[in-house]
This record gives sequence, structure tokens and C-alpha cells, in this order.
Amino acid sequence: MRSRLLLRVTALGYLTALLLVPVAMIGYRTFAHGIAPVWDALTTPAAQHALYLSVLVTAIAVPVNVVFGVVAGIALARRRMPAPRLVDLLINLPFAMSPVVIGLALFTLYGRGGWVGDWLAAHGLQVLFSIPGLVLATAFVCLPFVVREIVPVVEEIGAEQEQAAATLGANGWTTFWRITLPALRWALAYGVVLSTARALGEFGAVSIVSGDIVGQTQTLPLLVDERFRNFDATGAYSAGFALAVISVLVLTAMTVLSRRKERPQ
Amino acid sequence: MSIDLHGISKTFGDFHALRDVTVGLERGKLTALLGPSGGGKSTLLRIVAGLEVPDAGRVYLDGADMTDVPARRRGIGFVFQHYAAFPHLTVRDNVGFGLKIRRVDNATMKRRVDELLGLVHLDGLADRYPSELSGGQRQRMALARALAVQPTLLLLDEPFGALDVKVRQELRTWLRELHEQVNATTVFVTHDQEEAMELADQIVLINDGRIEQVGTPDELYDHPANAFVMSFLGATTQLGSRLVRPHDIEIFVDRTADAVEAMVERIRGLGFHSRVDAVLPDGATVTVQVTRAHAQQLELAAGDVVFLRAIPGTTMRATVDAAAYASQPMTHASG
Repeated sequence: MRSRLLLRVTALGYLTALLLVPVAMIGYRTFAHGIAPVWDALTTPAAQHALYLSVLVTAIAVPVNVVFGVVAGIALARRRMPAPRLVDLLINLPFAMSPVVIGLALFTLYGRGGWVGDWLAAHGLQVLFSIPGLVLATAFVCLPFVVREIVPVVEEIGAEQEQAAATLGANGWTTFWRITLPALRWALAYGVVLSTARALGEFGAVSIVSGDIVGQTQTLPLLVDERFRNFDATGAYSAGFALAVISVLVLTAMTVLSRRKERPQ
Repeated sequence: MSIDLHGISKTFGDFHALRDVTVGLERGKLTALLGPSGGGKSTLLRIVAGLEVPDAGRVYLDGADMTDVPARRRGIGFVFQHYAAFPHLTVRDNVGFGLKIRRVDNATMKRRVDELLGLVHLDGLADRYPSELSGGQRQRMALARALAVQPTLLLLDEPFGALDVKVRQELRTWLRELHEQVNATTVFVTHDQEEAMELADQIVLINDGRIEQVGTPDELYDHPANAFVMSFLGATTQLGSRLVRPHDIEIFVDRTADAVEAMVERIRGLGFHSRVDAVLPDGATVTVQVTRAHAQQLELAAGDVVFLRAIPGTTMRATVDAAAYASQPMTHASG
């Protein structure tokens, strides 16, 4: 009994020191001088644009990853992928790789002198320091989330439901929409929530490809960083607090969804 | 729908599921594909359905070559061992799935689904989800779903395999009745010889990717093509170098022509029958099944010397080719 108590105290103490206290401090610091300065800091044109840009990039990158994730997840789970182990490894790469390195990789490829960058620039498409670059970097770091959620569910439900639909006259497309996708809906929702959280908070890769131009390519996390560097404490805390609130909302959604996921129907 | 399979072969990796199988099944019959697990019977059924593609051979349905036609265009109904219910749809929507695909109007669909639910005794459960049904109810729902599109060929892959004994017995009787009612050709896969004998007009016995014998239950039981068929369909015991049914052996208390001497090892009453285990001089045990009355009349007891003889003219098969499976007497007698 005593060892169990010790275990709990250690675990909770660790969580408190590492997570709870720092996050609570952000909340405390943010509102140290009341609500008015927070409101002002969040309604500057730069802050408004940063929030808008973060949401916009997320709104593009996440759906792209959902489509890729579902296709790749089903292909992997059904062994319809050539070199499945290699593909599996590649999909996990963003988990293992530092986001800064991902940013650098994109920079060398799409920047001036990069293979793809020069060609695209010649055709009038600027990738770096603009929205396409931000979307690319964000999509890259979020790549594994949907796939990782989909694969085990597809493996678990097996192929029989789809085969049953086929014997009842359904073609592949109908079967996908009416049978496969509904079976994946909770796993998919969970993957979307995780991707969204990651996309909104992404800093490393984005900071390299964005150029951090205020009012143009500055996302919310980049704004926090800039204000922090400029000793604008209230501004940094306010923007940080906005990100933290989003995280809490995401966490709540995850908790609700994971309960649904555990009892399918 | 009549089924003709010509030279069907199928391998999974280096496992030969089917080896050059040729067989014809008549329209309107209730046929059992019977055999031990891994013998290829499910693969054969799935090839007929179009859920597997054979490596070689052709599939003809009503004379038309359907080998390259996808499952959804074969006009079949298929029932899976584990139901393959659509968990996110109600019972009504599960059963109506095939009708919805065919864009049947709502009123007709409702009427048809209600009819089918009545047929499978699931009236009143239309708004439940599959997770709220018992195994037997789920399988009946799956049957109704397969029947909704009015298939001329109904294929069932171990349909009662996942159900408990009592429910299985109920569904068997009921499947037989259903087959008469819906007037479809029905083929089901089973590894249970009792189920095949009880239900089927015709049995196709499959083992190790090959067909051992095709015929009525009586033909297979009374005229088995070989020792495997004989031992798979009912109990057998070995008397000398021959495989015999335990109920086809006579017991004599006195020395009799052609009878071999044996010592009674043990006697067990099994209700109407009694089972006598006797040891031959060479140490082999022979199992004999006699009626309880006959056993009492003989006044047998362990240690008695008796004389055993196969009833003249009875079904016997040489065991030389059957050493592997003749050593499991009585295993099939209780199903």
C-alpha cells in the first residue's frame, strides 16, 4: 500500500511541477493586470492576422492529411501497399524528426537554388515565405496522426463487412462511403483533433519557412515568440493563453472522442 | 442457379487451398461443402461468390462463365460465419442495404424489409442496432439481408459455427424450411458431419484441396469412396485391417466362424446404446456399439472373452490408406 501511495505522489508531483504549474502561471500572468490589456493585446491587427493565418493554414493542412491518411491507412492495413514497412517508416518520420530539420529540408528544396523552388518560382508560385510553405510545413509535421489512428481500426474491422456490401450489389465507392468510412468515423475524428492541435501549435518547421513577416506570414506561435523576444510580456502571455485555451478545448474533445472510440456503437 | 466448377485451383503463398477441383451442383438443391478445417471448402464457396479469384479454372453459373464477373453482379446472397453485420446501421437498414443500392422506393423497401424480418422472426427489432442482438438474432438478420435482394443462389460460410449448440440446432431446422420456402439453390460450408447429414440433399466432401466424394448423405455413409470418407462421416473402428462401423460388429459369447477372439475391457451405457471396448490378442482395441437390451442379454462384464465379427455384407474399407485418421474411433458419433 505504501509503495502504491509513493508511486501516485511521485507521478502526480511530476505532472504538477512539469505541466500544471507552468500552464497555470501563464493564466495567472496573463490576467495579472486585468482583462483590458489582454483584450488590447489580442485585438491588435498583427494578433488578429496571426490567429487568422494559423486557423487558415490548419484548415487547409488538416483536410489534406485526412484524405491522405484515410487512403494510406486503408492501403497499409489491407496490405495493398508496395514496400509497406518502408512506407510505414516514412509516415512515422515526422514523429522522430525535429520540426526545425523538417523546416530546413523544405527550405533547401523550395528555396532559391532548390530543385523544386526555382521551377515553381519560374511558373509564378512562391512557396517559401507565403501560405503554401506554411501549409507544406504544417502538413508534414501532422502527417502521422490520422494514419496512426486509422490503421488499427481498419485491421480490426476486417474485410468482411465490405465483402458483404459487395455481395449485396454495392460498388467500391458506395461501399467506402456507406460502410468503411462510418466504421472509421471515431478514429478519424480523433486523428483530426490531434492533427488540429499539432497544426495550430506548430513552431519549429513553420518558423524556418515563414520568414515571420508581421501581418503576412506570422502565425500565432510565431507571434508569441516575437513578443517574448521584444520583452512584451503581456502581449506574449495573452497570445500564449489563447493557444493554451485552444489546447484545453482540444483535450476535452479528445477525452469525449476516446470514450466513443472505446465502445463502437 | 446451377453451379459448374471446372479445374479450380487456388494457392495462398505456398499453401494449396484447392487443387484442380471440378464439380457440378444442381439447381434448387441444398448442398453441404463438408470437410476438415483448412481443407479448402470455404475457399471454394468464396470463389463461387466472387470474393476470391481462382488461380486457374472457370466458374459457370447457370451455364454462363462468371469467373471474371465481380461479386456484386453475380446475383448471389452470402452469409458469413461472423455475421458481418454493419454495426452503424439499424436492423432495418442492414436488411434494406441491398434494396437501397438498387434504389428501391421507400414504401416498397419498408414492406419488403418487414416481410423479411417476419420470415426470420425478428419482427419488432427493426430499430435495434446489431450490438443489441444475440448471436442467433444477428445471424438471422444477416440471412434476411442476403435474402432481401432475392438471390437465386444463397451461399453460407459456416453459418452456425459461432453459435451455441441449442441455437445452432434451431437455426438448422429453420434453414431447411427456409430453403424450401425461398426456392433458391443453397450451398453451405460446414465441418460438422452431423449438420451436413441432417440438412443437405447433397454433400461434397472436400479434404486437402480435393474432392473426396459427391453424393447424397446416404450414399456417402453407405458407400464411402474410401476410408477417409468413411471415417469422416460417422464413427469407425478398426477390425483387423478393415475399417468398420461400430454398430456393424456382432458380438458372440461362443466361438463362431470368422469371428476373432477378444477380451472385454470396459462397457459403457450411452442411453439407448452401449459401447463395448474389447482388446484383440495383438493389443488393438475394437469399439463395438450394441443396443442396451442386447448388451444385457449377453451379460457381458469386463474380463470376459468374446468373439467379434463384422456383420456379413456390411460397409468396410481397407485401412492401409487410412492409417492417419482411422485412429480416432467414435469421435464423430456425438457430433
